[in-house]
Amino acid sequence: MTEATATRNPARPQPAGPIWLRYAAPLAFDPLAARMIPWFFGAAAILALAGLYVGFFVAPTDATQGEVYRVIFIHVPAAWMSMFIYLVMAGWAAIGLIFNTRLSAMMASALAPTGAMFTFLALWTGALWGKPTWGTWWVWDARLTSELILLFLYIGFIALQAAIEDPRRADRAGAVLAIVGVVNVPIIYFSVRWWNTLHQGASVNLTSAPKMATTMLLGMLIMAVACWMYSIAAALWRLRSIIAEREFGFDVEAP
Amino acid sequence: MSWGSAGEFFAMGGYGLYVWGSYGVTVLAILVEVLALRARRARSDAPGRGRP
Repeated sequence: MTEATATRNPARPQPAGPIWLRYAAPLAFDPLAARMIPWFFGAAAILALAGLYVGFFVAPTDATQGEVYRVIFIHVPAAWMSMFIYLVMAGWAAIGLIFNTRLSAMMASALAPTGAMFTFLALWTGALWGKPTWGTWWVWDARLTSELILLFLYIGFIALQAAIEDPRRADRAGAVLAIVGVVNVPIIYFSVRWWNTLHQGASVNLTSAPKMATTMLLGMLIMAVACWMYSIAAALWRLRSIIAEREFGFDVEAP
Repeated sequence: MSWGSAGEFFAMGGYGLYVWGSYGVTVLAILVEVLALRARRARSDAPGRGRP
């Protein structure tokens, strides 16, 4: 946004105040979001290319599973994102609920569809990996079931907000659902430790050395960051639409 | 990792359906999301939009 545009739109608020509150107003944040989106899409594209290169042309054939293990380079990142996005979504929803801030609630709404997409991909790619390796597309074990519940929580959040006419009431109702559903995320994460599951246990954790080849781990981590960058870009893009829809009447920049 | 040929790469040791079925649907899902975002943005930028 140029200085000329700013003076032509006296109704558009200029970012002001202490740095941590400067972008708290939806219309103040909108131009910043507009500038950020291309960078995150760019980062996602570059990292995805790098990650897929490592996954398909560097990482070797697996001794037990042959080539089918390569699904890991999308399955694990998608599953990590499905959980992480839910936590971030619930976090923004909680902030919106506690401090009555519109933009926080809008961000929660912006994250939900992307989170749902990754949850679906985790389940889909998991099924396609499970069929040749476990002999089944699906099993009602703790991990798979709780991940499916996560998908239902995302869809429920989106549907609940869509069903409520008043946007602020929709924000608050969705926030309560999102916060209550947070309990599911540690259940998914610890399910393979707490219960006897068909899904394998953790190969990667924070406290011990990974039980997988370095090149495989590298590919997985690069793809995880790629998915993260994509999620930010998509959520900010959706947020801009939400801001434009709800703060109508003001001139907002086209993408 | 060196693939013998393009054919071997696409065959994925006989698991081609599962591997490409996974990545294919991923690409599709991302495409759908991006197109939906573009469509939504076009609607919210529409000239008719304004105060009720």
